[in-house]
Amino acid sequence: MDVTTGFFYLFSAVLLFAAFRVVTARNPVHAVLFLMLAFSQAAGVWLLLKAEFLAIALVLVYLGAVMVLFLFVVMMLDINIDSLRQGFWRHFPAALVVGGLVALEMAAVLIGGFRTGAAPELPQTVVNAAGQAAAYSNSKALGVLLYTKYLYPVQIAAVILLVAMLAAIALTLRERKDTKKVDPSIQVRARARDRVELVSMEPTQPRPPAPEPQQEEAAKS
Amino acid sequence: MSLTLAHFLTLGAILFALSIVGIFLNRKNLIVLLMAIELMLLAVNMNFVAFSHYLGDMHGQVFVFFILTVAAAESAIGLAILVLLFRARSSINVDELNSLKG
Repeated sequence: MDVTTGFFYLFSAVLLFAAFRVVTARNPVHAVLFLMLAFSQAAGVWLLLKAEFLAIALVLVYLGAVMVLFLFVVMMLDINIDSLRQGFWRHFPAALVVGGLVALEMAAVLIGGFRTGAAPELPQTVVNAAGQAAAYSNSKALGVLLYTKYLYPVQIAAVILLVAMLAAIALTLRERKDTKKVDPSIQVRARARDRVELVSMEPTQPRPPAPEPQQEEAAKS
Repeated sequence: MSLTLAHFLTLGAILFALSIVGIFLNRKNLIVLLMAIELMLLAVNMNFVAFSHYLGDMHGQVFVFFILTVAAAESAIGLAILVLLFRARSSINVDELNSLKG
């Protein structure tokens, strides 16, 4: 048994244990932490499969972002665990039977069908655009494929992420009642005539009549 | 005994079965249901990466990339809906979400 096989069994054992604890943990925070452990072990298995870019992406995107989001939500909600755990042990035998059946059937088919065949050797060197030999890189191979053949799907994936971000913000945005704010639609619909009133008037006003000078002198003396 | 494709596929199958067990057990807890879905997607991704490696074809890894993207979007929107639900009902019990009478 070589080192790779040993690592595979180590990662698999920890991964399956963590997955089991995710679904049986009493505290949702513990479940999220075990889910993080499971994802990190999966990243290890992907490294054994020489998918380096995806393994690192799994650690960055899932452990770094999605699981932290889960953790935030779980800690923000004040959950009554006992009412959610009702029927947990009542469903346990049925779940065990169904899960065991699924695992056994899939394993029987897969072990029977894919037992043989070692992995093809990855090319040690590839020829780059300038015609020189370069060292094989998983990230580079994936990037070349993504940005040539899969360019439009990549753009669509970007749009999906944008829509998801906007949807999450729009769904959870809560306005306080006592804040003073401007409705943007009213602001956009405003016209100049609503704001400024033009009044037509004479350019010059007639001078008011001057008071009598003699009466003024008489008042002084 | 060296590793074959069957090893990785069996690992994915057991992971998938475990998440099915999780959906059965935690049918009232919406958060754990979402986490079980994430585990299912991980099992699927495991199969894709294993096939990609053993068939020497990079397209499987490209597909995993897109699955990761969509799964991230899905969990973001799912958690947003969960927060909304908790604000409205003060509970995430699936049994109490029967106002649509489907």
